[in-house]
Amino acid sequence: MKHPSILRVVSKLLIPYILLFAFYVQFHGDYGPGGGFQAGVIFAAALILYALVFGLEPALRVAPLAVIEKLAALGLLIYAGVGIVAMLKGGNFLDYSALEQHETQGQHHGIMIVEAGVGITVASVLIAIFYSFAGRRRGR
Amino acid sequence: MRLRSLFATAMLSGIYSFLGASWMLLLDAPDVAFTEAAVGAGISTVVLLVTLSLTTREEKPTRFRVLPLLVVLATGTALIYATFGMPAHGDPNAPAHQWVAPEYLADLVPTASGEVIPVGIDNVVTAVLASYRGYDTLGETAVIFTAGIAVMLLLRRRPKDEGGTP
Repeated sequence: MKHPSILRVVSKLLIPYILLFAFYVQFHGDYGPGGGFQAGVIFAAALILYALVFGLEPALRVAPLAVIEKLAALGLLIYAGVGIVAMLKGGNFLDYSALEQHETQGQHHGIMIVEAGVGITVASVLIAIFYSFAGRRRGR
Repeated sequence: MRLRSLFATAMLSGIYSFLGASWMLLLDAPDVAFTEAAVGAGISTVVLLVTLSLTTREEKPTRFRVLPLLVVLATGTALIYATFGMPAHGDPNAPAHQWVAPEYLADLVPTASGEVIPVGIDNVVTAVLASYRGYDTLGETAVIFTAGIAVMLLLRRRPKDEGGTP
């Protein structure tokens, strides 16, 4: 690459806004388009862009594979955990209305936590898949 | 026309995904358009390019064969013929708009005690995905997790590969 500094400066400017947009899509998903899956994908795209421009080693320092692996499982556990909590509170599995006294409020909070779980799992899985591909060298 | 450069093919598939995202936006499905643009045009293209850097950039010349072409033509014709039986786009009497969609749009969810309460989520797509069809989405998340684990198991470099003879 002839002028890698242009790419570096532009992506350094862009990456914070991509991450911010991912959080916007995550937490505004109740009102606007988006949700956990889309937010997770955008978050992963920001980290993959960082790894593409600055190399795999710095990206692994920001998000070590051991942490990413655990987060992938954590997101799914959060989702299933909301279902279990709803059962403990006397409702059916994943019946968010049982989460709180005010049922619509329970739906709101249940959906928000579940979407956060989806976002964590999707982002971590995509980052882990990219690490698995990028970590290999030709002929191995 | 044949394209043997796999790099160009990867780029074309990314462009196609981006066009697909625009179609989704035209059909008023911004949620799907987001996903298509980020996964189809973004991350898939990156993964394809990384794969090309691990393997090769040129497709090996292959002999032209008639049977696969016939199979593709027959399947394509059958699929296009099937679209004639579909309801028109946006038809309010289409089965998809008649069955559970009115309940979802009315924003009412039955609770365990039998009464009906509003979900109160403005974005009906989020309400359908996370609440009405929460089981489906839990299953989808489990599928994504399983796919990630499978890729990691297949492609992970084993510790003995580090610094050893290839």
